[in-house]
Amino acid sequence: MGLGFDIAHMLAGLMVLASLLLLYQDRLTALINVLRLHGFILALAVAWQAHIQSAPELFVSAAIALLVKALVIPGALDRIVERLGIHRNVETVGGIGLTMFAGMALVALSLRVMLPVTAAADPVSRQDIALALSVVLIGLLIMVTRRNALGQVAGFLSLENGIDLAAAGARGMPLVVELSVAFSVLIAFIVIGIYLFRIRERFDSVDLAALESFRGERR
Amino acid sequence: MILILLAGTAVLLALALAGAVVKGQGRSLYAIASFVAFLSAILALISLPARPETLVLPLGLPWLGWHFRLDPLSAFFLLVVDLGAASSSLFAIGYGRHEAEPGRVLPFFPLFLASLQLVVLAADAFSFLFSWELMSLASWALVLVQHRDHESIRAGYVYLVMALLSGLALLLSFGLLAGAAGSYEFAAMRLAHPAPGLAVLALLLALIGTGAKAGLVPLHAWLPLAHPAAPSQVSALMSGVMTKVAVYAFLRIAFGLLPVPPGWIGLLVLALGGITSVLGVLYALMQHDLKRLLAYHTVENIGIIFIGIGLAMVFRAAGGEEAAAALALTAALFHVLNHSLFKSLLFFGAGAVDRATGTRDMERGGGLIHRMPQTAFFFLIGCAAISALPPLNGFVSEWLTFQAILLGPGLPEWGPKIIIPVAGALLALAASLAAACFVKAFGITFLGRPRSREAAEAAETDRFSLSAMGILAVLCFLAGIFPAAVINAFAPVSRALLGAAMPAQSHLPWGTIIPVAAARSSYDGSAIFLLILAVTVLAIAGARHLAAHAVRRAPAWDCGFPDPRPVTQYTATSFAEPIRRVFGPVLFGAASIVRMPPPGATGPAQIKNVLHDRLWEMFYDPVAIAVARLAEAANHLQFLTIRRYLFFVFAALVMLLFSLALLQ
Repeated sequence: MGLGFDIAHMLAGLMVLASLLLLYQDRLTALINVLRLHGFILALAVAWQAHIQSAPELFVSAAIALLVKALVIPGALDRIVERLGIHRNVETVGGIGLTMFAGMALVALSLRVMLPVTAAADPVSRQDIALALSVVLIGLLIMVTRRNALGQVAGFLSLENGIDLAAAGARGMPLVVELSVAFSVLIAFIVIGIYLFRIRERFDSVDLAALESFRGERR
Repeated sequence: MILILLAGTAVLLALALAGAVVKGQGRSLYAIASFVAFLSAILALISLPARPETLVLPLGLPWLGWHFRLDPLSAFFLLVVDLGAASSSLFAIGYGRHEAEPGRVLPFFPLFLASLQLVVLAADAFSFLFSWELMSLASWALVLVQHRDHESIRAGYVYLVMALLSGLALLLSFGLLAGAAGSYEFAAMRLAHPAPGLAVLALLLALIGTGAKAGLVPLHAWLPLAHPAAPSQVSALMSGVMTKVAVYAFLRIAFGLLPVPPGWIGLLVLALGGITSVLGVLYALMQHDLKRLLAYHTVENIGIIFIGIGLAMVFRAAGGEEAAAALALTAALFHVLNHSLFKSLLFFGAGAVDRATGTRDMERGGGLIHRMPQTAFFFLIGCAAISALPPLNGFVSEWLTFQAILLGPGLPEWGPKIIIPVAGALLALAASLAAACFVKAFGITFLGRPRSREAAEAAETDRFSLSAMGILAVLCFLAGIFPAAVINAFAPVSRALLGAAMPAQSHLPWGTIIPVAAARSSYDGSAIFLLILAVTVLAIAGARHLAAHAVRRAPAWDCGFPDPRPVTQYTATSFAEPIRRVFGPVLFGAASIVRMPPPGATGPAQIKNVLHDRLWEMFYDPVAIAVARLAEAANHLQFLTIRRYLFFVFAALVMLLFSLALLQ
């Protein structure tokens, strides 16, 4: 239990770290690279869970995570950035210090909430779930603080990674759920991709401000 | 037994499906519904004194199932429901022939019947609320049958809003009854002992929820709009039966599920009942639309029923007054049965008149007793019954209610000592005004000379409608002259709810009923009937034999009407005018605006009567204005950026997690 638990804990912690990294990336290419790293760590974490739970079907989800979240989606995002010609763009994030503090506070909050609630649960999945919740929360925070549509996509994908991590940690999660989650992410990605190109076509920019002024929204 | 009853309900549900596909007027559908409901009524009557039966079916929510229970209370209300259902289906066989769009009635009518049965049989909160909402929605669809009429649309909207309010209040009430960890089964709620404050809150919520359905003032506003808008067989069901199902729900919660509530709630119910009865009948007097007049009378009768229930609650809370409580409860139950009988009868009559003349406006009726003699006769019996004239059934239940009121001064506290006689005075006022109102309703519609061409050319209605009315009239009559049998039949209900019942009345000769003690008062329906019969026969015989037989030719006395046109007759407005003068300025803000033509002009002078619905202005307008303001304020949320929306979701999530962290 000792070493297995420590490594699982470390991998989940690395995911939180990667989320925090995502939080302050202000260049799109760097953002996508960190997202790739995020997906890669997720695949590792799921594979490790498969090993220590000796659940072979989790290896399938790890493979899916590696393929879809670490390779296909970040690659496609790279191509989008290139085709839209926005690889030099700087994304405004807001004050880095403030968002980082907010992210740290979220991690503290999720640990504070989750650990007492799951006191009776298996310690491995307990830590995993607490950290996964902080990944989800930081993903939401990323979506809230980004003005660029691509930034929101990155936040959304990291949020999905957090859900996947929680699912892998919980024992007895059927494979079909994972498959459907992966499938939904793929669909969401396709929809968002089309959406990005449509915005671009119409407004010459993927800055959401253009869309907002078109809808006559209030800021 | 309960399985057979549920099989009947299943047949009705199947009929609802068949109604969606069947072409034509669906006469066989109504016939089957009538037959099924009739059988259910007989079964309900048989199971009234039987031991409670329960049944759990694996329907509804998983792990919860659908609990049914047939105990005396639900058997009694099932009897009321099925009597109304059988007679209105029978009526609809003939009446439905005139329906322009039968596809809008046929699927929902059997569904409505089935949901009414399900409500009274349900024994857990989930299935109860499900059936309750099904009942609301089915009847809402039936209210909107005339969907091109603006009045109907408004009625449907108000009805839907009030039905939602009622459902919400009941939902909260059941939530409180079940408690934090409690079960939603009625059996578990019966055993739970909620804190007194919570129990009172649950009961008040139940009063709002069921009062909004029954038409208790000030929650009655939808009723006179919605009930007349539906086809007449549905109006009869809504007025005669659905309001009774609401009464059932209140009795079930107040007497069946909760511990004995404090006496002041009983006094509150009593006061609301008194106010409801008087206001209902006053509004009814001002109406010229026959069906709307009947709908307002439903409000009045619900008031009378709630007076009985409130008295039962007061006596029950006082302790040691079980006999008085049983008397008051029996009076309320008796009135439930009576009102369902004669209100259905009256709505059938109004429907027949509506079909024959094409209008519900009384001012365009008149003289129909010659054109529709049988309808007129049955309608007259209904009028006499609802006006509480002996020897019909309405008199017995109101008399019993008065007997219970007269026991009120025996209570030691001062509150009941003061409020109970006031309620009695209100009841007396309501009863006399109801009589005035039905003199108007019958007199203007059926007597005198026809006021319109349609009324002059009206034809008698079909035999199915007539037989439905005839059966109900006979039942009204039988319940009136054999009240002892009815009271004895109710004994299991009051024994189940109060642990006490009225003393058995059957050993007395002549069917005499003695509610308290022979020294105080007694009533003898059949003897009164025989007396009335004898006096009538004697009077007719006397007139035949003692009057002069010689034929005398003389100018006819013109009764002060030298002008033979029907317009010069006494009108419905004329009838209501004295009462409008007395109560109008205070209660309705009534005013007459007289416009005289300027000197020299040849135009006619005009008089215009204006009535305000003070209750609507006091209770409903402020709510409507507040809702509109809130909606206006919330409208800003429609135009935010995607990030703002995301931020709201995020902030809400973090807030919830934060409060969770703080609470631990």
